[in-house]
Amino acid sequence: MADTPRHGSRGSALTAFMVKELRHILRDRQTLLVLLLLPLAMVVLFGFALRSDVNDIRVVFVDPNPDYATTALRARFAGNGRFEVAGTAPTIATVEPLFRRGDADIAIVFEPGFAGHLAEGTPARLLLVSDASDPNTGTTMQAYASAVIAAYQAELGVPGRAVQIVPVTRMRYNPTLASANLFVPGLIALVLTLVTALMTAISLSREKERGTLEVLLVSPLKPWQIIVGKVLPYLLLAFANVATALVAAWGIFHVPFRGSLVFLLLASTLYAMVGLALGVMIASVTNSQRAAMIGAMAGTMLPNLLLSGMIFPIASLPGWMHPLTFIVPARWFIVISRGIMLKGAGIGELWPSLAVLLGMLFVLMFGAIRSFKPRLA
Amino acid sequence: MTHAIEVRGLTRRFGSFTAVDAITFDVNEGEVFGFLGANGAGKTTAIKMLIGLLAPTSGEATVAGCDVVRESDEVRRHIGYMSQRFSLYEDLTVRENITLYGGIYGLTDEAIRDRGKALLAALHLEKMADERVAALPLGWKQKLAFSVALLHEPAVVFLDEPTGGVDPITRRQFWEMIYAAAARGTTVFVTTHYLDEAEYCDRVSIMVDGRIAAMGTPQQLKQDHGVATLDELFVRLARPTAAAHG
Amino acid sequence: MSDAAPLVVEGLTRRFGATVALEDVSFEVRPAELFGLVGPDGGGKTTLFRILTTLLLPDAGSARVLGLDVVGDMWAIRARVGYMPGRFSLYPDLSVEENLRFFASVFGTSIEEGYSIIAPIYRQIEPFRGRRAGALSGGMKQKLALSCALVHRPDILLLDEPTTGVDAVSRREFWELLAELKASGLTIVVSTPYMDEADRCDRVALVQLGRILAIDVPSAIGARFPAPLFAVRGGDRQALIRALREYPHALSVFPFGDELHYSDARRTASPDGIAADVRGYLATKGIEGTVEAIAPGIEDTFMALMGAPPEAAA
Repeated sequence: MADTPRHGSRGSALTAFMVKELRHILRDRQTLLVLLLLPLAMVVLFGFALRSDVNDIRVVFVDPNPDYATTALRARFAGNGRFEVAGTAPTIATVEPLFRRGDADIAIVFEPGFAGHLAEGTPARLLLVSDASDPNTGTTMQAYASAVIAAYQAELGVPGRAVQIVPVTRMRYNPTLASANLFVPGLIALVLTLVTALMTAISLSREKERGTLEVLLVSPLKPWQIIVGKVLPYLLLAFANVATALVAAWGIFHVPFRGSLVFLLLASTLYAMVGLALGVMIASVTNSQRAAMIGAMAGTMLPNLLLSGMIFPIASLPGWMHPLTFIVPARWFIVISRGIMLKGAGIGELWPSLAVLLGMLFVLMFGAIRSFKPRLA
Repeated sequence: MTHAIEVRGLTRRFGSFTAVDAITFDVNEGEVFGFLGANGAGKTTAIKMLIGLLAPTSGEATVAGCDVVRESDEVRRHIGYMSQRFSLYEDLTVRENITLYGGIYGLTDEAIRDRGKALLAALHLEKMADERVAALPLGWKQKLAFSVALLHEPAVVFLDEPTGGVDPITRRQFWEMIYAAAARGTTVFVTTHYLDEAEYCDRVSIMVDGRIAAMGTPQQLKQDHGVATLDELFVRLARPTAAAHG
Repeated sequence: MSDAAPLVVEGLTRRFGATVALEDVSFEVRPAELFGLVGPDGGGKTTLFRILTTLLLPDAGSARVLGLDVVGDMWAIRARVGYMPGRFSLYPDLSVEENLRFFASVFGTSIEEGYSIIAPIYRQIEPFRGRRAGALSGGMKQKLALSCALVHRPDILLLDEPTTGVDAVSRREFWELLAELKASGLTIVVSTPYMDEADRCDRVALVQLGRILAIDVPSAIGARFPAPLFAVRGGDRQALIRALREYPHALSVFPFGDELHYSDARRTASPDGIAADVRGYLATKGIEGTVEAIAPGIEDTFMALMGAPPEAAA
């Protein structure tokens, strides 16, 4: 065969190949949309979430003998945009349930005779207790509160007369400000999401891709039986994962466990079932394993990472994002897991979050069973 | 006459299993060579070694004068390949596929243009040139894939079950394209499950259990074994071992 | 009587967007019949099976499987059919035995209960029952998939291209198994792209582009061939084809293995006369050929009935 001079420039093979890849990318509209919009969403979310300032700090006052100084200081807090007065409590003991429920972030306890001390020039003490389950926000809130107090102190200052307000600080639930205490309860949520939503979505869509789903459908097996059969083993796996995570948290990171283990396992099961229902829905509406995986990542992992309070405290997120966090199941689970592990909270305090998860479960299970069709089309 | 393909003692083992057991044969230039064998007989493994996708455990082979192990890059420049499982990119248009493969094989833009035009004319696909390949009926996809495999005028073209599932008329049109290519001097190395197609080949080999159990022209083979069709011969050679295989 | 027929299809139509997958398909399958749907890919065979197994709804027309309506009696049908979809859907990471046991349990039965009916097939793969299904050869996978479809003793078997991608020997063995099953009284509907397999069916429907070209017993399909048919041999195949195509009376010229099938456009001439004419014509071209009248086979008829192959401009 005569070798006619037909070979082009050396780069032409590579160029041709790159052009092909570009065409593939541009023509796969679905994936393209996800790949372009998702990073954008992440940048926006991260941008807002990665703020270290904290807003809407809910402060509770314990002020058994109010006087002009305590009232004035309280007014300073009320007037400060960062703070939100959550109310007053009669004693310090009554503050505890508020913390456990997550209804308060900071408590300020005035010692009796506060103003009197100020007048005499002796130290006027107040107790500043921050919920430091998230050590970062704990210290930040502490700092803001101290700033308000210091500002008031400066106001009172008459030249020559020392005025001392001495805040005694306590980091509640996390005296050592261990980060593990922040992360581990959230990590359990992450692991559960991974095992449930992601794995179920992949398993179901693989069955579809392989074609075995057709044979299963043409059998007496009802759709719910197929779903439950596929999903239950992952529930067991999820359980095992929670146990491992807890052992690791306690054994390696020494994360405290102040609440009821049984309650945590029950709540984990509930949350896992929510994840499983999500996984089934994702698999029902996608046609390939790859699409199911992308769907699971975008629909569960990402919201969980960004909007659940797992890494970025919800308090740090801008106000308009807060409603968004309500639809993220992990957000509610983290309130429960942190509550149990770090604050020793029980069902009495955590039932609202539990109720929300239960509600989500019913809605999603209904959706999952409806979306799984007994016919191909 | 130089051989388009020369195989000497080609062997491939996977652990303790010998998939291809020291096969030796030649394929002449411009020949249409049918490479047959039951599933699991070692056919696919042998082809993969010839096109440079798999390294032999021992033995040698040259394709288009180049050693498949030492000069595998050169080999790839001189061969074309088309399989039933994959031929063209479905989400690219006909023209884009032509440009792509032309580019990959280093043809000049001019050559791509000219040959592409000739290809489209020969297949009467001018009107569909800017349609995605996915929109073509199966038979047309196969014919197009074959033409594209020949775009860079390779010395040898390897066809792996090219006519699976295609209607009987298109199958025969495909084989006419094969003959036309052979007449131009291209060596065609083809595997197929249709044993009537085996009769269209100049020579045929049948692999059983990693070895070549029979080779020759269809006429010769039928005479030597006293059978009327290659189908009968195939069954006779492959059946005794079919029951023993996993 | 129609009601006793295990399968009745009437005017079945199904579209996917702009493509018509099935158009006005009607046929009936008799009890204990081995019924074949023969035709190339894209002909609508898989769509038809999916409608019959209640996986898809038809756009128009009706189908009754075992006297049950595919639209209204979905679950009743699903409990009684044995279905083998294309590319044998098995679990590659489960063993042969595990696959079989799973499919048996899904139908509320067991391998032991179904053993007698699957025995002739399962016995051939039983020595490998511990092996992962993914590691089986094509022929073995085929047999396993058939066993899985049979183990619950269905009243009808629907097999979608069970022999595709499998070598000639395994295909033969498979059809021998089907013949045995049919002999035991089971109704079987099989689709295949291989024309030569059509001869093994009791009756055959030729399917092309969503339409049925003909339905009959294999030997009678040939009668639909529109003209006298001849087998021509002689010398170089290419030269022979060229010459015949140039012959003014040629209707069709197609290679068939080591011979050519030639059909003549003349209706009034006798077969012997035609043969002589063609022989004479070939001689003028310097070709010494033999011309012999033959009975048209299924492939010949299919090609005559299908018209031109699908146009590229869809």
